[in-house]
Amino acid sequence: MASSLLLPPRHYLNDGYGIKSWLLTRDHKRIALLYLAAVTFFFFVGGAMAVVIRLELATPVGDLVSDETYNKLFTMHGVMMVFFFLIPAIPSVLGNFLVPIMIGAKDLAFPKLNLASWYIYIVGGLFTLYALVTGGVDTGWTFYTPFSTVSSTTNVIPTALGIFITGFSSILTGLNFIVTIHRMRAPGMTWFRMPLFLWSTYATSLINVLGTPVIAITVLLVAAERVFHFGFFDPKVGGDPVLFQHLFWFYSHPAVYIMVLPAMGVISELVAAFCRKQVYGYSFVAFASIAIAVLGFLVWGHHMFVAGESVYAAMVFSILSFLVAVPSAVKVFNWTATMYKGAISWQTPMLYAIGFIGLFTIGGLTGLFLAAIGVDVHVTDTYFIVAHFHYIMVGGTIMGYLGGLHYWWPKISGRLYNEWLAKIAAAIIFVGFNLTFFPQFIVGYLGMPRRYHAYPPEFQLLNVLSSAGASILGVGYLIPMVYLMWSLRYGRVAGSNPFGASGLEWTTTSPPPTENFSEIPTVTEDAYTYPVRVEGHVA
Amino acid sequence: MSPDPAAHHHPALAHHFADLEQQKEAAALGMWLFLVTEVLFFGGLFTVYSVYRSWYPEAFAAASHEMVVWAGTTNTVVLITSSLTMALAVRAAQVGERRVVMWFLAATMLLGLAFLGIKAFEYYTEFAEHHVPGPGFAFEPAYARHAQIFFSLYFVMTGLHALHMLIGLGLMAVMFHWVWRGTITREYSSPIEISGLYWHFVDIVWIFLFPLLYLIGRHAH
Repeated sequence: MASSLLLPPRHYLNDGYGIKSWLLTRDHKRIALLYLAAVTFFFFVGGAMAVVIRLELATPVGDLVSDETYNKLFTMHGVMMVFFFLIPAIPSVLGNFLVPIMIGAKDLAFPKLNLASWYIYIVGGLFTLYALVTGGVDTGWTFYTPFSTVSSTTNVIPTALGIFITGFSSILTGLNFIVTIHRMRAPGMTWFRMPLFLWSTYATSLINVLGTPVIAITVLLVAAERVFHFGFFDPKVGGDPVLFQHLFWFYSHPAVYIMVLPAMGVISELVAAFCRKQVYGYSFVAFASIAIAVLGFLVWGHHMFVAGESVYAAMVFSILSFLVAVPSAVKVFNWTATMYKGAISWQTPMLYAIGFIGLFTIGGLTGLFLAAIGVDVHVTDTYFIVAHFHYIMVGGTIMGYLGGLHYWWPKISGRLYNEWLAKIAAAIIFVGFNLTFFPQFIVGYLGMPRRYHAYPPEFQLLNVLSSAGASILGVGYLIPMVYLMWSLRYGRVAGSNPFGASGLEWTTTSPPPTENFSEIPTVTEDAYTYPVRVEGHVA
Repeated sequence: MSPDPAAHHHPALAHHFADLEQQKEAAALGMWLFLVTEVLFFGGLFTVYSVYRSWYPEAFAAASHEMVVWAGTTNTVVLITSSLTMALAVRAAQVGERRVVMWFLAATMLLGLAFLGIKAFEYYTEFAEHHVPGPGFAFEPAYARHAQIFFSLYFVMTGLHALHMLIGLGLMAVMFHWVWRGTITREYSSPIEISGLYWHFVDIVWIFLFPLLYLIGRHAH
C-alpha cells in the first residue's frame, strides 16, 4: 500500500493559488507558513551577525571590525534573535498551525486578527531592518538608560519602534490563543485531555498578554525621553536609570519563559510520541507550565543584583529564582520517567528532544548558580552569563523548535524529509552547539567580560574553540533548510500518521483540509492513549 | 449548543463558530483580555508615577497646583456622562431600538469630542506657561528639576489616554455606520456591547488620572 500513497485531493495548500491567496489568507495553517518564512529570514539575519562576532573573537586583538561596529553587531544580533525569532518562533509557527487542530476547531477564534498579527510583526521587522541598514544601534538589546536616551547617537528610535510594534503581534497572538483554547474546544476535549503543548502554549500566551504591554510602555518612554527630552530615567532631572531596568526586566525576564515554555510543550509531545506512552504525571507537567509562567513574573530583580538593589530585595528575588527550578525540574524528571521502559524509537524529532533535555538541564542548573547572589556578583557581565542564556535560548528553544518542525513537517507539508540527513544534521547541531557555548562557561568564569571586541591573549584557545563550534553549528542549521525545502517537492508522501502518534492532528489528512477536519471530531479519551496504528509511510 | 436553529444560519455568523452564542462569548473574552493588556500598559506608567510621587512629593504637589482644575473637573463630568450614554446605547441595541442606538452613539461621540477639545485647551495653556518638559521648561527654581518628571508623566499619561479616546471615537463611528446600515440587530448586538467595554475602560483610566494629576496634594502648596 505504501508505494501507491497519494496526497489528499483537497488540502489547505492547494485551496487557492497565487500570492493573494497567501497574503490575504485567514487560514491559521497558511499564516503559520507566512510566519515560518519570516522568522527563518530573521534567524539567518541574526545568525549572520553571530558569524561576524565569532570571526572577530577568533583573535584577541580587535582586528576585523571596529569597536563601534562590534557594539552594533551584538546589539542587532540580540534584537533580531530575541524579538524577531525566539519569541515568535514556536508560538507563531507551530502554535498557529497546531492550536486549532489539536483542540478540534476549524480555526483560531479571530482569523482576521491572526493575519493582522503577522502584518504587525512584518512592519515591526521592517522598522528594525531599517535601523540596521541605516547604521544600526549600539545600546545592547537591553537599551539601558541613560546611554540609550542621552548618550547613544545610533538608531535607537527606529529599533525601539520596531520592538514596540512587534510586541502587539505577540499580544494579539497570545490573546487569540487564550480565547481559542477557552471557547473553541471540540466536544469532549476537556482541559485535562488537551495535549501538553496546548498547556504550555496557554501559559506562554498568559505571559505574552500580561508582560508585553509593559515593555511596550517602557520603550515608548525611552523614545519620548529621546525625542521630546521628557524626563523619566534621566538623573539630570532626578530620574532613576534603575527604574528603567525594573520595567525592562519585568517583561524581559518572563520573555525567557515565552521562549522556552513552548519548546517544553513540544518536548512533551515528542517524548510521548517516540516512547509511545502517556506522559508520566500529565497534570504535574501541565501545572508546571502555569507555575513557570506565574513564578517567572516574580524574579526580574535577579538581573539587578549589581545595580544598587537593596540586599533584602536581592535575597527575595534570589529565593524566588531558585523556586523556578522546581517546576522546571518537574518537567525534566517527568520526561525522563516517561522514557523509562518506553518503546523509544530514535527518529530525528526524538534526537532533538534528548538534546533539549540535556542542554536545558545544563542551562537550568547554571541558572541556579546565577540565582545565588554571591556567584552572580562574580560572573555578572561575563561570558558565563552569555553561555547560560544561550543554553536556554539556543539549546532549549531552537532544539525544541527544530524538533517540533521535524515532527510536524509531514503534517504541514504532507511529505517526509530524508531521515538519514536529518539525523546527521541533528548530531552536527548538538556537537556544534556545545563546542560553541561550553567554552564560554569556562572563559566567563575565568573573567572574560561580554560585549568587548578584544580580549587578553590567554583566553584565545577557548575563544577559538567557540568560534570553531559556531561554524559547525552554522552548517548544522543550513542542512535542514536544504532537505526540508527539497522534501516539499521530492519527499515521499507521508500519509496521515507516519509516526503512529496520538493526537487529533494525526487523525486528519496530511496536509489537512482548509477546515482541518471533514467533520468536527468528538474526543473520548485522554491525550497520549497508545498504541496508535501508523497510517501511511513509516517515517 | 444554542436552542435556536436560526442562530446557525445568521449572516453575521463566521464559518468557524458553531453558533452566535459561541461567537459572542469569544469576542467578549477577547475584549476583556485586551483590556487586561491595557491595564498592564497603563500600569507601567502608574508605577513610574508612584515611584516619583513618593520620592518628590513637594515638587509633585507644586506641579499639580499648576493644573487647570476646572477643566479637569469638567472633563471628568463629560466622560462620566459619555459612559452613561454608551450604556444606554448598549441597552437600546439589545432591545433592537435602532434609532435610539444611533442617538446615544452620536451623543457619546459628541461628549468624547468635547473632552478632547477641553484637553487641547489645557495643552495649549501648559504650552503657553512653558510647562512642556525639555529645554524651554520654566518652573519655580526650587522644584524645577523634579517638576519636569511630573509634566513628562502628565503629557505621556494624558496623551496616551487621549489617543485611546481617538481610537474609541473611530470605533463609535464604525458602530454608528453598522447600526445605520442594519448590521446590528437585536440578535447581533455584541459589537456594540464590546465597543462599550472599551469605552468604559478608557473612562476608568481617566477616573484614576484625574485625582493623581489634578487633586492629590494640591492644597498643600
